[in-house]
Amino acid sequence: MKKIKFDTFRQMVLVIILIVMCIVWAIMSPNFLTMNNLMNVVRQASYTAIASVGMTMVIIIGEIDLSAGSLIAASGMIAAAVYKSTGNIVLAFAAAILSGVLVGLFNGVLCAKGKLPGFIATLASMTILRALGYIITGGDPISVMDKKFTALGTGYLGVVPIPVIIMIICIIIGSFIMNKTRFGRYVYAVGGNAETSKWSGLNVDKVKILVYVFMGVLTSVAGIIVAARLGSGQPSAGQSFEMDCITAAVVGGTSMAGGKGKISGTIVGVLLLTVLVNGMTLIDVNSYWQQVIKGVIIVVSVLMDTRTKKAK
Amino acid sequence: MNRTIVEMDNIVKSFAGIKALNDVHLDLREGELHALMGENGAGKSTLMKILTGVYSKDSGTIKLAGEDGSLKEVEIKTPLQAQHLGISMVFQEFNLLDNMDIAENIFLGREPIDGKHCIDKKKMYADAKQWLNKVHLDVDPKSKVSDLSVGFKQLLEIAKCLSFDARIIILDEPTASLTDRESETLFSIIEELKRNHISIVYISHRMEEVFRLADRITVFRDGTYIDTVERKDFQEDQIIKMMIGRELQENVPKRVEKAGSNEVALEVQNVKVYKNSTPVNLKLYRGEILGMFGLVGAGRTELSRVIFGINPIGDGKVLVDGKEVKITCPLDAIKAGIGLVPEDRKDLGLILGMSVKDNMLLPKLGTFKSPVLNKKDISNITGTYIQDLSIALASEEEEVKNLSGGNQQKVVIAKWMAMNPKVLIMDEPTRGIDIGAKSEIYAIMRKLTEEGMSIIMISSEMAEIQKVSDRVIVMHEGSVTGEMSVSEATQATIMNAAIGIEN
Repeated sequence: MKKIKFDTFRQMVLVIILIVMCIVWAIMSPNFLTMNNLMNVVRQASYTAIASVGMTMVIIIGEIDLSAGSLIAASGMIAAAVYKSTGNIVLAFAAAILSGVLVGLFNGVLCAKGKLPGFIATLASMTILRALGYIITGGDPISVMDKKFTALGTGYLGVVPIPVIIMIICIIIGSFIMNKTRFGRYVYAVGGNAETSKWSGLNVDKVKILVYVFMGVLTSVAGIIVAARLGSGQPSAGQSFEMDCITAAVVGGTSMAGGKGKISGTIVGVLLLTVLVNGMTLIDVNSYWQQVIKGVIIVVSVLMDTRTKKAK
Repeated sequence: MNRTIVEMDNIVKSFAGIKALNDVHLDLREGELHALMGENGAGKSTLMKILTGVYSKDSGTIKLAGEDGSLKEVEIKTPLQAQHLGISMVFQEFNLLDNMDIAENIFLGREPIDGKHCIDKKKMYADAKQWLNKVHLDVDPKSKVSDLSVGFKQLLEIAKCLSFDARIIILDEPTASLTDRESETLFSIIEELKRNHISIVYISHRMEEVFRLADRITVFRDGTYIDTVERKDFQEDQIIKMMIGRELQENVPKRVEKAGSNEVALEVQNVKVYKNSTPVNLKLYRGEILGMFGLVGAGRTELSRVIFGINPIGDGKVLVDGKEVKITCPLDAIKAGIGLVPEDRKDLGLILGMSVKDNMLLPKLGTFKSPVLNKKDISNITGTYIQDLSIALASEEEEVKNLSGGNQQKVVIAKWMAMNPKVLIMDEPTRGIDIGAKSEIYAIMRKLTEEGMSIIMISSEMAEIQKVSDRVIVMHEGSVTGEMSVSEATQATIMNAAIGIEN
């Protein structure tokens, strides 16, 4: 029998759990398997999934990004504000994405050149960004009800919601980078052992900065979609959003120690968590209990990793 | 004859279906030093981890001598239980907490208590002092472990074992990172332990040590028991044959002078290794292996770091093929045609969690034109080196951490071969590598130099320096104190230079 790699096995287990969960929800709630609900589930998953692609890469280089939630709010507000004052949709999105690039640069440079732990650097940017959002608007949302703007969050292409299409594009780009390009190898190498990478002639700082920038771009894309869906850029959007991304990555098998992880795993993680919440909401599980169950899933999935490693 | 105090019979242990130990045997007599020998992966450490309760055996029996001297079967399930039975092990990577002091380390988890809850510090430090005296370690038990030298840490570990009333002490490669003087101290303490009826299992790759210290030798090969012999009846080559199962190809082919042999491949000018040391000047000729000897702290590794762009070069210069190259980071050095096989293979040479393929290609990737990887090109490259260096592995996707030390080192060498450097610096290229793989690595080095590469081999092993080098440079406290052809490099001339006596 051909030996299956543990990573592959682990992902299969997650997919099976996901399928079993869907079956259970389908039996318990007649609304679960409706087209409407399923599309709702993938749309809900899309924002988290987009940023989680970046978060997976950040965690693989052995760092973390706590500023994602604040950037969701900030980039959404920038998109809304620019659109409101110029009426130019391209300019609005470009400005929001530029903010993501800048935040990524800030995090990456602090982390790589300033030698700050990513946790600290992004803790700072998380705090600053969130506050800036409130300072600039005085706490009020910037609302844009224009169809052109909201289409990105609420529109469909055929039966598929536009956010889902953007999600798929981001996943494909992320997976391509990680699996098929030289840069992807560098990301794994830096996370596996930054010293060895340096001694092998890699520009470790550059890799770290680029990963943070990519994370910033993806997060700002998610931020635009959130704002478009809400029809407004809200300073309070994306609270604890970064934790959802981290949870998805960890449940999906990415190691917090760096060097290990797969975007496909993270996506399964996102879907698993979204379906869990959706199903529990449908059958009226209290939202606090939902969080308890989420916590248990984190523990169980990581225990699965540590136990298997020990048994080796 | 001394009585037997441990007997392990028919021990079997498998990991994930692969037998690491197959029906092996070991018996240990009171007060003897019993060397356990075999190549890496032969199962020595696995057996010792079973004896110390770290692993549990699949089957077999362990018998231990009781008070009356008769052997009774025991089940050893945890390291703590092993310690209570008088079995302690000193691991190669020490089990010491650097941030705590000596006494706290010795009594970790069993601190003497005064009255009810508080640690009786006075008693703890006084007791610690006593145990330190037993290993002739004259240090304040209040000093932090991080301030101790490796040699002191080794002795502290032994003191710790003694404090558990150990009857059996297992030493795993105890001299691997000790200086010669520290090793001598260790040996005299070992003799003293033996006189006190303590039995020692000694795992080492160093033949001279084993033949000097051991009473008996047990040899394992590929997880099977080969034999237990009296040391005095046997010669080194007989033991080696038992270990590797064949005669060893001992001789390293010598350098053949040819056209271009007098060209300078690398020149180092005026490089200060330490702040106040005499600057180093040296030349490396095309196709030669330049052996670089020195004691710990001689500055050889530091010099290689300067050449490779890890440490700043200051006013010094590095010339490759007669042209000065500016080196401020490893990438500059690599571009100039320099490669470095570092001493610390696991932390600086390899990414343990990555595949063999990815490790091999790490420096090479940057030279590919397209940022998108081409699977076929990659497999062609890796396949060639896996075959050329005969690296033993299941697949190139296998994680490097699963390979033996020798195969890991070959991966590091392959990584640089792929770059086809002009100069390759190899820092302790055979440290911790078993004999069979060692001679393979020497052969690879010679083959590379015949193809025009030049190698600087840093080594602390006198025999290796004499056997492999074409020319020898000796360093002492950051400066070059001796330079000689290999025919002039006798043990005495090398050693004199190494301790700072100019020849």
